[in-house]
Amino acid sequence: METRAWLSGNEAVAAGALDAGVTLGTGYPGTPSSEILEALAEFGGTAQWAPNEKVALEVALGVSTGGARGLATMKHVGLNVAADPLFSATHIGATGGLVLAVADDPGMASSQNEQDTRRYAVAAGAPVFEPSDSQEAYAMTRAAFALSEKWRLPFIIRLTTRICHSRTLVERDEPERAPLLGYERQINERVMVPAYARPAHKRLRSKLQSVAEWNNLHGMHRYWKGTGSLGVITSGVATMHVREAAPEASILQIGMTHPLPMRRIMAFLDGVEECVVIEEGDPVLFEALRAAGRPVRGRPDVFRFGELNVDRVRRIIDGETQEPPAETGGKPPQLCPGCPHRAVFQVLSEKACFVTGDIGCYSLGVLPPYEAMDTCACMGASIGMGLGMRRALPDEDARRVVSVIGDSTFVHSGLTGIVDMVYNRPRTGHVVLILDNATTAMTGLQEHPGTGRALDGTPAPKLELERVVEAMGVDRVVILNPSKETDRLRDELTRALASNELTVIITRQPCVLAMKRDRKKESG
Amino acid sequence: MTAAAITNIKVAGLGGQGVLTATDLIGEVAFRAGRDVKKAEVHGMSQRGGSIESDVRFGPAVLSPMIPEGTVDYGLVFDPGRVEYMKKRLRDEGVLIGPDAVDVGRLADRRSFNVAMLGVLSTHLPFECEFWLRVLRERLPSRLVEANEQAFSLGRSAKG
Repeated sequence: METRAWLSGNEAVAAGALDAGVTLGTGYPGTPSSEILEALAEFGGTAQWAPNEKVALEVALGVSTGGARGLATMKHVGLNVAADPLFSATHIGATGGLVLAVADDPGMASSQNEQDTRRYAVAAGAPVFEPSDSQEAYAMTRAAFALSEKWRLPFIIRLTTRICHSRTLVERDEPERAPLLGYERQINERVMVPAYARPAHKRLRSKLQSVAEWNNLHGMHRYWKGTGSLGVITSGVATMHVREAAPEASILQIGMTHPLPMRRIMAFLDGVEECVVIEEGDPVLFEALRAAGRPVRGRPDVFRFGELNVDRVRRIIDGETQEPPAETGGKPPQLCPGCPHRAVFQVLSEKACFVTGDIGCYSLGVLPPYEAMDTCACMGASIGMGLGMRRALPDEDARRVVSVIGDSTFVHSGLTGIVDMVYNRPRTGHVVLILDNATTAMTGLQEHPGTGRALDGTPAPKLELERVVEAMGVDRVVILNPSKETDRLRDELTRALASNELTVIITRQPCVLAMKRDRKKESG
Repeated sequence: MTAAAITNIKVAGLGGQGVLTATDLIGEVAFRAGRDVKKAEVHGMSQRGGSIESDVRFGPAVLSPMIPEGTVDYGLVFDPGRVEYMKKRLRDEGVLIGPDAVDVGRLADRRSFNVAMLGVLSTHLPFECEFWLRVLRERLPSRLVEANEQAFSLGRSAKG
């Protein structure tokens, strides 16, 4: 095997998981994490798309409970969806190695917020590694599987955009054959009823103490002795920016940032005259060190937002509190020529609907020329928010409310919204448009349970959206092609808004990018 | 290590123009030539026809994957709307390779425009032509090999 490779951070996590003998990788696509599972499948591992991150983590926890190694992948906001099993997983603990690869998006290149996964790690009690390049993404993923088994705890690899989507050199080590530990019944450790959960919480805290001790003595930290009086404590990709911006500084890169190696950090602080903490995302390290009574300097407020880079790091170290305004300009993204969503937003715009939107390419319906979206909060929120608006508004306005959701997002988080719509029916009824383009387009054309294909493109059972919503008790289900039947879409929408019915209109037409890709595949 | 030992290349254009493929190919050539090399890009929303840019840095040892302000050695611009943007990022002696560096009318296949731009760039870099061609053949779709080779040599003979 060629051991030297030029890999993205996502590919490096996949290679690390594969070489650690992972049995199964599962997750839901989300920029910048999506390519991890695709790479795992391409490298010869077993990977599958889950309907959402909660299911993915539960499946991975089941793999671990069965004594094998399991990987769950997601973007930062995906961890919100998987937070429920995460908090129990840390209490129950892992048997086979259980690793979550979670990708944060500081700067929001493709997300609705900048939340920092390390906050969850602290809250749920999961150890966190933060790689600074693909080599560390590989090594830390492998280490995380082994350590997860050692302490029987799920581990998190916190990635950020510039780790996921940067390519750097990776030297791969000999793959290992992970031990298949099998299943051993331990109901008092795995059944989280209060009587068993109380000791589980104590076990968790004691494990974390022991992990912290390991982190003090071993860790996967790196230290560079500088020539000046300045010290910098950093983690993740910021380490590279710091090394380039301040080669004269003494630098401590913290590899595992929860639980913190406090003794190691204190020893470093004792050896420098002043210390700046430079981290991407929330001031997690900074607050912990201040809470420990050390007078470290953090980032001025302006540097709290967005990604770091060499220039911004230099300004932070120099004590600047302002920075030149970011250059705007360039061309914003837009719905592709021939995109089926175009006709839908044309009609919604003409009819001056109140559109509760959702997460996907169709979020671009908010931009000119359509500007036909009023809200976009999180996966699946279109339906719940539409129902709430119907309850709040006078009838004539309530009849203008339409929920718009994509096919993959619908499978991820829309199903329970439909249940609520039927169960707690608004007086004016409601209208949901499912924009079914037969792919998860925005994140790069991934399959999902409604496409009839598995992650690797092979045939799979297909979730029929129309049958699902019919079975849930929706009054009227319409399926049409939005580009070829735009007039019919207009008529159906008019009718639905005027009635008190619960209507689901499935606008079904494949994504133009997916069709292009499939044609390429066929022609080789 | 001095920053001067690092070569910084930035490519800017629109989603769909092959910006990310171009930086992948540059990086692959540098990787095979034994250099340390890093590449940075952002996908997602920016793919949908919006402005997109990607950095490649190579040398004996590269730290940050992103090019610091005003230190671009070679700026490749695929979209005329981004020329001014790139000029501000070049070093004083930096080289701008704009979209007019290649006569699009002479391309066998317009989709190979990004490869033609690499042809122009290749005349500035210390890698053998045969190296580039091998990477193009191995990394791009086989049905486009001839078009890409034509585009690459068109770029190499252009005045960059």
